[in-house]
Amino acid sequence: MSMKFGVIVLPGSNCDHDCYYVIKHVFKQDARFVWHKEKRLDSYDCLILPGGFSYGDYLRPGAIGKFSPIMNALQRFVHDGGLVLGICNGFQILLEIGLLPGAMIRNKSLRFVCKDVYLRLEGNDTPFTNQGRVGDVLKMPIAHFDGSYYADDKTLQELQENHQILFRYCNKNGDITDDANPNGSLLNISGICNKQHNVLGLMPHPERCCESILGNEDGRLIFESIIKK
Amino acid sequence: MLAKIYVMLKKSVLDPQGKAVQHSLDSLGYSEVKDVRLGKYIEIKFDHAKGGGAEARVREMCERLLANTVIEDYSLEIIDE
Repeated sequence: MSMKFGVIVLPGSNCDHDCYYVIKHVFKQDARFVWHKEKRLDSYDCLILPGGFSYGDYLRPGAIGKFSPIMNALQRFVHDGGLVLGICNGFQILLEIGLLPGAMIRNKSLRFVCKDVYLRLEGNDTPFTNQGRVGDVLKMPIAHFDGSYYADDKTLQELQENHQILFRYCNKNGDITDDANPNGSLLNISGICNKQHNVLGLMPHPERCCESILGNEDGRLIFESIIKK
Repeated sequence: MLAKIYVMLKKSVLDPQGKAVQHSLDSLGYSEVKDVRLGKYIEIKFDHAKGGGAEARVREMCERLLANTVIEDYSLEIIDE
């Protein structure tokens, strides 16, 4: 049975079609675009907040998207146990609306970074990573200006205690090093989930690496996990 | 009325832009510069809220939208124009 995915479209989203394509045509699931003025989301199994530059990243990335009409319904959807995946700008929005803890600041290098990076899977007891093994090294592309994850010490400790850190930047061998950290994120964090494990925020773009013709299929792990949850 | 709002990264948050500017000032010979931090300055013009409470309203704007209090502090002043 196929799952029903909704890809949320905000003004300035630009990875929405990639997500839609991957879900619909690569994984053969039911996929719909959901305009940001939608107020009913209860018919969906999984919602995706895609990458892009919603509202031009004005003020701060995600700061204005936070007040889109759809966000109240999204909060209810999460409360009722629905799955939400926020990618890149979608992750930034999840932080702004408080569905995930912490914040993103400007990359330490002060540069927009667009390249393949390696990630180490840190937890597979979630609907987003159940098809992987802890320690797996995945290659995925990143493309962002504000991806340096920050949270205070107490929050970082809670993230670790509750096993909410799911992905960390690493080198090809899976070692977590400063050199492998592309943006200055604390603890090399590249993906975290909420305590209930039904919301994942991820800076890398799994939707851009799901087909062999693109040279990389490591992003499939996320979508296969969701579909087989 | 005019609200002048200053939004700055918290002291505990690394400010790479400030560091880059500090480095640049240093290379220009301003060796006395000890630290530089960059922030945002926002001006908001508004009608005086009925029954006062203007400052509370502006603080609410800061908390809800203008600053992300996870990483930023803000300060403000309100002046009659």
